[in-house]
Amino acid sequence: MIDAHRVTLASEDDFDGWRDAARDLAEAGVPPDAIVWRVDGSEDDLFAKEARQPTGASFPVPRPFIDLAKSVVCHTDPERFALLYAMLWKLRSNRHAMEDRADPLVDRLENLAKEVRRDVHKMHAFVRFRVVEQPDGMTRFIAFFEPDHHIVRHAAGFFVRRFTNMRWSILTPELSIHWDGETLSEGPGTTRAEAPGGDPLEAMWTTYYASIFNPARLKVGAMLKEMPKKYWRNMPETSLVQPLIASARNRELEMIDRAAAKEGLREALEAERRIEPGGNLRKSWEALFKEARGCTRCDLYKRANQTVFGEGPLDASIMFVGEQPGDQEDVAGRPFVGPAGQVFDEALERAGIPRSEVYVTNAVKHFKFEQRGKKRIHSKPNAGEIEACRWWIDQERSLIRPPVTVALGATAARSILDKVVTISRVRGSPIALPDGGECWVTVHPSFLLRIPEPDRKREERAKFVDDLKRVRDRAAELAS
Amino acid sequence: MAQLDLQSKLAILADAAKYDASCASSGSSRRDSRGGKGLGSTEGMGICHAYAPDGRCISLLKILLTNSCIFDCAYCINRKSSNVRRARFTIEEVVRLTLEFYKRNYIEGLFLSSGIIRSSNYTMEQLVEVARSLREEHDFRGYIHLKTIPDADPELLSQAGLFADRVSINIELPTESGLQRLAPEKDGGRIESAMRDTRAAIDDGADAKSKYKSAPLYAPAGQSTQMIVGADTASDGDIIVRASALYDRFRLRRVYYSAFSPIPDASAVLPLKRPPLMREHRLYQSDWLMRFYGFKPAEVAGAADASGMLPLDIDPKLAWALKFRESFPVDVNRAPKEQLLRVPGLGTKAVDRILSSRRWRNLRLADVARLTLSIAKVRPFITTADWIPTLMTDRADLKALVAPRQQQLELFAA
Repeated sequence: MIDAHRVTLASEDDFDGWRDAARDLAEAGVPPDAIVWRVDGSEDDLFAKEARQPTGASFPVPRPFIDLAKSVVCHTDPERFALLYAMLWKLRSNRHAMEDRADPLVDRLENLAKEVRRDVHKMHAFVRFRVVEQPDGMTRFIAFFEPDHHIVRHAAGFFVRRFTNMRWSILTPELSIHWDGETLSEGPGTTRAEAPGGDPLEAMWTTYYASIFNPARLKVGAMLKEMPKKYWRNMPETSLVQPLIASARNRELEMIDRAAAKEGLREALEAERRIEPGGNLRKSWEALFKEARGCTRCDLYKRANQTVFGEGPLDASIMFVGEQPGDQEDVAGRPFVGPAGQVFDEALERAGIPRSEVYVTNAVKHFKFEQRGKKRIHSKPNAGEIEACRWWIDQERSLIRPPVTVALGATAARSILDKVVTISRVRGSPIALPDGGECWVTVHPSFLLRIPEPDRKREERAKFVDDLKRVRDRAAELAS
Repeated sequence: MAQLDLQSKLAILADAAKYDASCASSGSSRRDSRGGKGLGSTEGMGICHAYAPDGRCISLLKILLTNSCIFDCAYCINRKSSNVRRARFTIEEVVRLTLEFYKRNYIEGLFLSSGIIRSSNYTMEQLVEVARSLREEHDFRGYIHLKTIPDADPELLSQAGLFADRVSINIELPTESGLQRLAPEKDGGRIESAMRDTRAAIDDGADAKSKYKSAPLYAPAGQSTQMIVGADTASDGDIIVRASALYDRFRLRRVYYSAFSPIPDASAVLPLKRPPLMREHRLYQSDWLMRFYGFKPAEVAGAADASGMLPLDIDPKLAWALKFRESFPVDVNRAPKEQLLRVPGLGTKAVDRILSSRRWRNLRLADVARLTLSIAKVRPFITTADWIPTLMTDRADLKALVAPRQQQLELFAA
């Protein structure tokens, strides 16, 4: 690394800088692993020296590579400059290397370029201008947009060609561009707060959007594929998507989901509490429940249907804490009603614990998932999300003060104990909690669903029921 | 009737236009607003500015000039006997809406159609006047698609082509008998002769342009048509053959299919049941097979079952491959392009990549995986340097192996 060449590029999307440096280095025969690429203002590599300007025999570079490089440079991948140089290095000895599309490097670069092209295309499509009257009496069209990659300069030409005779600005977090009818100028990045908040014509546009939609056909997946939610914040019409889907679903048979959600919410509120309505405890819990429904402490609320809060009697002696609601829980608005919930109920029954006697909740209150086609596949909550949601579980615990808390699975244990534990090591014996109660850790019922071998499955289920029996006995012991 | 404000009119006339499937804004001549006094550009590729929850792209301001109509076509929500609210834009209103939407980057341009009022000629004049005003008074250089009226004066049709990027005439129904029964005032012969005239005008325009640079282009994005699927008894096979004939005879850019969707206040002669949306999708796929994959209409129709319908659970290319297994496996290292295009799961791009890559390496399965979206779908139908689908193409249960799963497996099987 001592004699590494350091190339400092002027900006994140500095194609010219990269091309000039890469050409000189390649002609001088400097191999890819001897170069450190950095962008001005980013962290320094202490051991590298500034690139010299060597000269050597020049070699031709095919046009498709230049086009590819212009796109790839705009990507956010920090390796992009080095990858492009590696490709250039290959072209030095084989000028047809680009044609081998099955080559992993070509494939990687083509994929980076594709992502950039898509981002540029989405910017051309989803920028929404808002009209602002300026002090000099002229109108200016201003938009705020958040691209994924460093594409603003790359994408600007389109707007110049299309809106040559307008005065417009596009603001992004990284930089802003302004067109005065003749020249394009640049300014610093901005936040959405600095962009205009609306445009009188947006009411017309949303009317159009709602009217052109055919409620007899609903293909939400197709819409989301092309117009992912990350773009919605800056598009006025997207505020209508949910109501449109809801009303279309009401027409079609899919209203079942909605009905279940409504029913679930009512049931969740009316579930057995064993505390008279109007009591302080009941009132506090209900206030908490309602507040949790509007929770935005982490980003999970954006994609989930609703908050799934805990339920059960508020004087319960056992509190079960799961990981997070699943697909069915998210629709129903109640914890443990899906496949894992059925395993849980069955085990409770075999352990002789009536579900109506215990309080059941989750470490994370919103469903986190990955959309795969039409299915929503469970995805594990991360440390930040567990941390954000711990506020709610702490509130629940301080109201109910259960003598025994059962953590179902590692996520729940982490939330309650505030540290990462290995289930097999702590299973079967209590851990004292600061509030005077104790915590028992066991597996999550969904673990039992995923065991493929029938024998092991039976074995693990029996072990789970044994855990529950131990917990039942311990709760009875503490109460006496 | 009380005067409607602009917003109410927009709601009615956009609602009335949504049964037109096309929203394409691609394939026109390249131009932009530099050196002009107006705005707009077309750069070849169309742009979808938004997507509605029905999964369709919103690229153009798609509206009717009016939804009043003197015709009584049974499948149409705007027919004379229908009970919908009626509204009518003025020419000035359409022009203003188009320009103001365009300035905010909501749309690529205008797709204007209309119910027929007074006479075909009168209606057509109004449509042409909107396009003329946009182009000549406002120097609008965005995309314009005009739906033309087959019975209108040829002089008006030729003007439409001078201002619009694309013109279209709806063939409406795949069979002549369907047209007679459901759209008694429309005449299949006249629709076809209008399409023939349009093709001639487009050809002449392109011809003149190649000789004289200053010659005006006639509908540079060509002509298209639309037919309604599921309102009459035509089978998929009938529709495929019909569409193919239309492509050949009138050199259409696109034939659009619109799955007949139950419309409010439906006519009694229509079927009550709605055809599955998937049928429309399968027809588009078969359309693609003919246009980009070298399938002959008879071959696509060969993938259909005895009643002439394409399977709904698998795409027509896979259906064809399963039916004609003797054509597989295909050697990706040696097979000609035409054969590679027949492999289910290989798109035109993947085939181009294979052709380019195999000049430089002997392709292995992992290489092909890098060139395609789903190797699992492709694998049973190809051989590579390190892969032969042993017995697979002979298996009776191959369909179960390669067809997309219909339902999630039972999660809770205790």
